[in-house]
Amino acid sequence: MTKTLYDKLWESHVVRDNGDGTCLLYIDRHLVHEVTSPQAFEGLRLAGRKPWRVDANLATPDHNVPTTDRDQGISDPVARLQVETLEKNCQDFKITEFTMDDIRQGIVHVISPEQGATLPGMTLVCGDSHTSTHGALGALAFGIGTSEVEHVLATQCLVQKKSKSMLIKVEGETPEAVTGKDIILAIIEKIGTAGGTGYAIEFAGKAIRDLSIEGRMTLCNMAIEAGARAGMVAVDDKTIDYVKGRPYAPSGELWDKAVADWKNLVSDSDANFDKVIELDVEKMQPMVTWGTSPEMVTGIEGVVPAANSFADEVKQDGVTAALEYMGLKENTPITAIELDKVFIGSCTNSRIEDLRAAAQVAKGRKVADNIKLAMVVPGSGLVKQQAEMEELDKIFIDAGFEWREPGCSMCLAMNADKLEAGERCASTSNRNFEGRQGQGGRTHLVSPAMAAAAAIEGHFVDVRKMTNTVQD
Amino acid sequence: MEKLNTVEGIVAPMDRPNVDTDAIIPKQFLKSIKRSGFGPNLFDEWRYLDHGEPGMDNSTRPVNPDFVLNQPRYQGANILVARENFGCGSSREHAPWALLDYGFKVIIAPSFADIFFNNCFKNGILPIILSAEEVDTLFTEIEKTEGYQLKVDLPSQTISKPNGDVIRFEVDAFRKHCLINGLDDIGMTLEHVDDIKAYEKRRHQEAPWLFNQE
Ligand code: SF4
Repeated sequence: MTKTLYDKLWESHVVRDNGDGTCLLYIDRHLVHEVTSPQAFEGLRLAGRKPWRVDANLATPDHNVPTTDRDQGISDPVARLQVETLEKNCQDFKITEFTMDDIRQGIVHVISPEQGATLPGMTLVCGDSHTSTHGALGALAFGIGTSEVEHVLATQCLVQKKSKSMLIKVEGETPEAVTGKDIILAIIEKIGTAGGTGYAIEFAGKAIRDLSIEGRMTLCNMAIEAGARAGMVAVDDKTIDYVKGRPYAPSGELWDKAVADWKNLVSDSDANFDKVIELDVEKMQPMVTWGTSPEMVTGIEGVVPAANSFADEVKQDGVTAALEYMGLKENTPITAIELDKVFIGSCTNSRIEDLRAAAQVAKGRKVADNIKLAMVVPGSGLVKQQAEMEELDKIFIDAGFEWREPGCSMCLAMNADKLEAGERCASTSNRNFEGRQGQGGRTHLVSPAMAAAAAIEGHFVDVRKMTNTVQD
Repeated sequence: MEKLNTVEGIVAPMDRPNVDTDAIIPKQFLKSIKRSGFGPNLFDEWRYLDHGEPGMDNSTRPVNPDFVLNQPRYQGANILVARENFGCGSSREHAPWALLDYGFKVIIAPSFADIFFNNCFKNGILPIILSAEEVDTLFTEIEKTEGYQLKVDLPSQTISKPNGDVIRFEVDAFRKHCLINGLDDIGMTLEHVDDIKAYEKRRHQEAPWLFNQE
């Protein structure tokens, strides 16, 4: 029988079929952060249980950590307690944690692939919905709730129901400045934020194969924004090159054995999917969201749509409410939208290639006067270090960006980095929901190069047509 | 998870429909690192006259004397009778944690929100669905009789009233088994320890790099 990549990943992890439509699924890797784990550890203690397999866990604080003045610790006592609690739990149960002062600390979804802790063929979970990111390496990765965090800790398994399968094929020659971010936003525009609900999505086609592994991570990161708990890309040479030599990756004989196994992590050519969707990358442009849901998105050459351009009445009401919240008028060209803040970071776009793309635009230019704050938050301490070796930090600082310490930062505004009511932000993160980056804040999702370009011009601009000239 | 067999005690009425999880435990308390200790903040916005934040000394806060759970006659209640769609809204598990921490072990309503209903079983609370008429009658009787008590017997699936009447209720056989034996999902999975170990052994041979992670 022919199999999809998802079938293969699923079947190789079934511990037992419960006979009621659910299976007990084995979990190879569990990532832990400070916000969704404390109650799970407490639950373990109350029940007198221990983690089943300590070495399968990897922890780091990311949601609540400050991005400035790290040496002074965390000023918010509630956030501090959460981070300290993670530390204590990891110590008590002997779980490896990259603490705030460890160069390897960062956003869970950045550090795990970086360390080779995410491997092809794994099942990987974390108490965070953007765990779908890790599917970029040919893994089955999805977010879970606190009860499930405890369940994985205690049993190394989860009770799961298999999803339906969806193939999203993106073919064609990728135009300049169209990135993984633009491709996933174009996909969400097409299928909607509930389009993937109940499915595990496999991304395929030339445009996907042409993406770097980091670009694929950006893509899979936002599978959850299309409603799918898991997104994945088949293993190819790029995947294997990416993993090679990383600290947690196998080496020597084990490496060869692993690679031989990983080469099978592709869907059979005639595999059956429950749903297939095709897109042409050649028609895509850099994308910008204009509303309060990732599906409210258009190309940089587009305009803010009119509510009555949508057929469905419920949708029309949604658009009207979104435009009201966003303070935007129908038919405004996207390039006419002026900004107050720019955020380059988050588990979607804070890896080294993202920072390089943004730095390339910022190089020799200056942040526009109307921008109150433009900040770059690397995804991990190691990304930061690499960027500094390449002197990207200098480019950003010279241009007027702030260069911060790694963490989730203004992606969700749990720490001090947030928007004030009414402020408008170009952000490389993944959610433009009401209040996501601060109460009353207005978020536009874009790629790193587009965010940097917006910072320079003070409004959205097609990064391919920037007028602001480079200064020597 | 604690076993639940029979629950006998004072019944408190929550006489409004669509009580959502944000009303049961407001969002500022989600910053907590605990699963216990939410009891004092159960229904925080209704129960107190000031705005509650985590870490406050709840014993010194001004209470709302009109709120039902603050009335002397309902002190020590461990059964809650509610209206339709109880527990709607966000999926936070803090809602059943707060109810349990306060002391409620049984919640009776004509209907519950889906996720909340499941979360109750996961945390050792028995949610019982009765017809709207039966719930209505309960509200009248509670109102009339100070110190009104019920006896809920899970094994026989019955509720006995002070006047001797007995109401039968339905409960999923599997969920009932878990509650009576105090089995949470983890406990259930741990009944398959041998399967997990056998899987690990086989997998260790097939893919040893997955077990060699540091
Ligand atoms: S960067 Fe944002 S989306 Fe990613 S894990 Fe952190 S808060 Fe969640």
